[in-house]
Amino acid sequence: MTQLILYNVFNGLIIGAFYALMALGLSLILNLSGVINFAHGGFLAVGAYLAYMLIPYIGFWGALVISPILTAVFGLIIERFLIRRVYGRDPLYSLLLTFGLAFMLEDGTRFIWGPETLPFSIPNWLSSPLSGQFFFLTGYRLFMVLLVTAAVVALFVILNYTRLGVRIRAGTLDLETVSALGVNVRMLRSLNFGLGIYLAGLAGVLAAGMLGLQPTIGSDLIMPSFVAIIIGGLGSLPGTLLGGLLIGVASGVTTVFFPSASEAVIYIMMGLVLLVRPRGLLGEEGRF
Amino acid sequence: MDSPYGRRGADIVIWLLLLTMPYWLTAVGGYAQLGSRVLIMALAAMSLNFLLGYTGVLSFGHAAYFGLGAYGMGLTIKYLVPSTFAGMAVGVLTGAAAAAIIGVLIVHLRGIYFAMVTIAFGQVFYFIAYRWNIVTGGDDGLSGWSREPIDLGFTTIDIVHDQKAFYYLVFVCFLVGVTIMAALLRSPFGRTLLAIRENERRARFLGIPINRHIWMSWLISCTFVSLAGTLYALLNNFADPHDLRWDQSGDFVIMAVLGGMRSFWGPLIGAAIFVVLQDYVSSETQNWMSFIGLFFVLVVVFFPRGVLGIIRWKATP
Repeated sequence: MTQLILYNVFNGLIIGAFYALMALGLSLILNLSGVINFAHGGFLAVGAYLAYMLIPYIGFWGALVISPILTAVFGLIIERFLIRRVYGRDPLYSLLLTFGLAFMLEDGTRFIWGPETLPFSIPNWLSSPLSGQFFFLTGYRLFMVLLVTAAVVALFVILNYTRLGVRIRAGTLDLETVSALGVNVRMLRSLNFGLGIYLAGLAGVLAAGMLGLQPTIGSDLIMPSFVAIIIGGLGSLPGTLLGGLLIGVASGVTTVFFPSASEAVIYIMMGLVLLVRPRGLLGEEGRF
Repeated sequence: MDSPYGRRGADIVIWLLLLTMPYWLTAVGGYAQLGSRVLIMALAAMSLNFLLGYTGVLSFGHAAYFGLGAYGMGLTIKYLVPSTFAGMAVGVLTGAAAAAIIGVLIVHLRGIYFAMVTIAFGQVFYFIAYRWNIVTGGDDGLSGWSREPIDLGFTTIDIVHDQKAFYYLVFVCFLVGVTIMAALLRSPFGRTLLAIRENERRARFLGIPINRHIWMSWLISCTFVSLAGTLYALLNNFADPHDLRWDQSGDFVIMAVLGGMRSFWGPLIGAAIFVVLQDYVSSETQNWMSFIGLFFVLVVVFFPRGVLGIIRWKATP
């Protein structure tokens, strides 16, 4: 029993890390540009399928590096021609636009690569269990946790210690003043969008290795990411991270006792958080 | 601005067209069920627009209440009483009760935060319907039931086989819902909602209890969406978990935007265009999702004011 619970907690932590990785990208875009990117899951799928295409040529490690970058470039093109049009307009329009994009990306991947689950090969030494007693502790899962941790640390270093990061953080507080100080806001938003999509692409490659590759891979992960942001508090990146891990573990633990409620439980958590603390766990007072 | 009720002439033309729809629809290439579906979706989109266009609150989760209506209807007929009206009552009450409770949780949120929370809450009911196999049929949807003839005491109306009779049932529900909403919008309550939409802070300074008004508007909107949901289940003799999903919510919003959010009849026109297009595209190609997605993008880029918005904009020099 202990092992079962441990297994599910660990599993939940990994799923939570996915949610967090995806939600961090969503949060970045939402905080600076006020756009809820419904298509984030679509970009995740694009990252995963690009990696699938690249693996025969440059191997898993090459794909892990290149695919998220290509996804970010793709994201920048979409941003340049479509998303940019809705900045500063009623959030209604950005929602509808990214909603349509989400449809197109999901259906586009289905059209190109087919609806069935594709095999996604990860290096052999990563997929074997590390210990006989804790059979669930495969190298790949441990590797994922480490990589997500590294990505999150890198993100916080970028945001706190680089010029770009400082500008992004300043922009989320007061974009007008940042613009008045001579920062190219258009460029800032683009780079920020690209950074968010990069994270989605990275999550896509990792998710494909664990969950298998199918067109709905992105849309299955997007709703929990929203919940992670709301629970953590809109506007707070540490909150988003915490929210992602929390709901991952919560649904993991629920799987042990009441499997059919493992999805619904995160929404109940969200309801409770909104009831007790409407701004979210780490959200700032009065920002939204 | 002109009255939310629209100009009288246009009203009469629209009502006459809707009243005679089963008789001219086949002549222009449609079929009876398509007319019913247009009217049901129009009721849902107009109910959403009560909140979206007239209160200025963006909900992206109305499919939840639509689906609750549908499941309320299906479950009632299948397990409780074989009566269409009982199903309707249960469906609408379930939807309204859920909306009332969730409304309390979210009514103090605004703008993008409100939208996001409504999206996320919508999914709870989806997962319940999806997972609770024994009762709801899970992914396969709730089947094994069908609509029942309406017994009025002195006569029985056969809506089961007679598609025209079913259309007129939908029409009556549409008429009741739309008339109530129009009357509400003309009342002082409706004027207050407009004031909140135009300038919430000023309305607050006038002493209007903003949150209570938004909650009421949310509840009214969700109640009529549930009514549309019950009718939709009747139309298909089936309740589908996808009725509850976020894609469906997006469809309602695009109908309202496409027709024109700031006009009373806009969502009706948006729903008609959307339903006919969806019907055509999904019969022509497997990749209808791409086309619908492209359609969303095109509407946002080229028609953000909607069809009626453009006509009105052209008309006023």
